[in-house]
Amino acid sequence: MADSRFVYVTYIRTTPETLWQALVEPEFTRRYWVETWQESAWQPGAAWRLMIPDGRVGDSGEIVEIDPPRRLVHTWRVEFKPELRAEGFSRLTYELEPQGESVKLTVTHEIERPASKLIDEVSGGWPLILASLKSLLETGAPLVATTRWPEGL
Amino acid sequence: MDGDLGKAFKALADASRRRLLDRLHADNGQTLGELCAPLAMTRQAVTKHLAVLEAANLVAVVWRGREKFHYLNPVPIHEIAERWIGKYERGRLRVLAELKRNLEEATDG
Repeated sequence: MADSRFVYVTYIRTTPETLWQALVEPEFTRRYWVETWQESAWQPGAAWRLMIPDGRVGDSGEIVEIDPPRRLVHTWRVEFKPELRAEGFSRLTYELEPQGESVKLTVTHEIERPASKLIDEVSGGWPLILASLKSLLETGAPLVATTRWPEGL
Repeated sequence: MDGDLGKAFKALADASRRRLLDRLHADNGQTLGELCAPLAMTRQAVTKHLAVLEAANLVAVVWRGREKFHYLNPVPIHEIAERWIGKYERGRLRVLAELKRNLEEATDG
């Protein structure tokens, strides 16, 4: 395949509505996603930005598909690291499926280029962020490793 | 939580299944055929091992048209690590792992 892709799956004991809020609302994301938050009008074609606590735009893109609380697709270009910005736009998909008392969350991050550095680099962060999201929703506390933006990054 | 963890440990207890995860770690997103090719395992055995890994959520599958691709899902392994690694140990463990790798590479080389 001429593209790079990572797929992450986690089962979280919550409702699709709560999980959806946790994925998009700043008061949630700041707690488990290294203090970052997202800005968007959350409509197809709307701009999307991931903001870094010091005010920089970390990543940017555009909403492709949005169907709360089931599916969200947006493009994603890394803005704060020039070598990753050069790779252009990747694509991020969230799928939420209720399964008994849990919700199956599938996160797919992909780009149409082989051996992408962007996909490789975010693959270190996603498992930690998603494990922290699960911990926050199930226990009320995120993982400590994800509560601060990494120093010097 | 513990039920899921039990499934993950059971799945990881088998050397063939760990080898399949190694193969996906090296090259993520493979079909059954690609996974079978270099292994001394029947297609049937690989299918069975993949089902166990999938049930433990260690492998995620994605359909593209009629083809099924397998991806290593690192989230449960992270949850295992987070359960027993304290917040202050993380940095030191990384340094130790690095040291071990450097020393072993020096010896091998």
